[in-house]
Amino acid sequence: MNWTWFHKFASPPHAYRLLGTMRPWLFWPALAMMLWALYNGLFVAPTDYQQGDSFRIMYVHVPSASMSLMVYSMMAIAAGIGIIWRMKLAHAVAAGCAVIGAWFTVLALVTGAIWGKPMWGAWWAWDPRLTSELILLFLYLGYMALRASYDDVQRADRASGILAVVGIVNVPIVKYSVEWWNSLHQGSSLSLTGSSAIHPSMLPPLLVMMLGFLLFFGAILCDRVRAEILSRERNAGWLIEAA
Amino acid sequence: MSRVTDAPGLWSLAGRVLGRELTLAGRHWDQVAQPLLFYVIVVTLFPLAISPDLARLREIAPGVVWVAAMLSCLLALESLFRPDVEDGTMEQWVLSEQPLAWMLLMKTVAHWLVSGLPLVILSPLLGTGLGVPVSAWPVLMASLALGTAALSMLGAIGAALTVGVRRGNVLLALLVLPLEVPVLIFGARAVSLGMTGEAVAGPLNLLAAILVLAISLGPMAMAAAIRIGVES
Repeated sequence: MNWTWFHKFASPPHAYRLLGTMRPWLFWPALAMMLWALYNGLFVAPTDYQQGDSFRIMYVHVPSASMSLMVYSMMAIAAGIGIIWRMKLAHAVAAGCAVIGAWFTVLALVTGAIWGKPMWGAWWAWDPRLTSELILLFLYLGYMALRASYDDVQRADRASGILAVVGIVNVPIVKYSVEWWNSLHQGSSLSLTGSSAIHPSMLPPLLVMMLGFLLFFGAILCDRVRAEILSRERNAGWLIEAA
Repeated sequence: MSRVTDAPGLWSLAGRVLGRELTLAGRHWDQVAQPLLFYVIVVTLFPLAISPDLARLREIAPGVVWVAAMLSCLLALESLFRPDVEDGTMEQWVLSEQPLAWMLLMKTVAHWLVSGLPLVILSPLLGTGLGVPVSAWPVLMASLALGTAALSMLGAIGAALTVGVRRGNVLLALLVLPLEVPVLIFGARAVSLGMTGEAVAGPLNLLAAILVLAISLGPMAMAAAIRIGVES
């Protein structure tokens, strides 16, 4: 198999240009999808017979919660690639993922709390999913704190990479240990294989929103990785020539 | 095809590392005692802060004992790798042709023997003060024995990662505590089940599983982290 494209991606000038080309192709569709889903979710989808209009926050809550986990896995995989193949760009991707993922986690927690107030009558409940989401936030913050405490970028990369890999092994354990408690949180309404428990008229905006969030994440990640490349390569010849 | 070498085998290496660590701990026994004293004092604070009523204390006893044990383990971690990195011993370990992960595992085992095991032995005494019945002592000790060992292994990864950082102790807490949440949940759950006389095999088995996982994979992460820590 020809791996040239992959190795080429490890070269900072190439990656910098490629990410710059990719960004608008991710950002504008993401914006369009999110606006469409927001309009359809907030105005077109029918009111829920049990939860009234409060359920509509789901259109932000569910995509951000699923992104928070996906971004963490991606961060750990990128960090693993960085450690194993000593690829600096993979570490830059992992570093970019951390901040975005932490914000998705915050968004999921905040929207969950706003939803919980009218539904449960409390901003916060010690429910398994809320709690494991909170611990996920702590894992993100720990990762960022460890990165920030090393002055040397290469050591920061490797140390935080090990933490990300240890963390990803731990995430399922945390999830299942926290589920030991009785759950207040409603079960998942989405299923890829079986029929979804959600009403068909409510579903399309949610799916489009999830895809929109994914593309949006990709666009912001392009920006973050480009910024990382600029800061790491600030003394490199190609950058001085380009400036 | 044997190489002529005076390098020790794996088990004799383990014995040497354990012997060295225990001797060092014996010479600095005051440092070893400090986390234990901390454990006793933290547990004492709860009746003072909440109420001297044994019925109320009994409800929170599993949580109090476990949180105090977790914090005490965290405090003890600070002295796990740092002195050896600072005086250059760790550099020699990294350069030697012995398996670093194995030596670090043995070092962590020795660390548990002087910081975790005394905590396990002390726990019935403190538990009684919080109203834990004698019938729950075996569960309390078993959960703490498995749990503190797992805490030592997980904590050692964090200690190895922060050894190259100047002021790493707050950072260490930030890294290690979220990773240790499952141990806390299963440990405290085992004790509270044991106090009401229910079956405790479930959480204890899960604690044992976490310990086995941490022992199998942890030393490799520790070794990789120590290599980063000493290379500056």
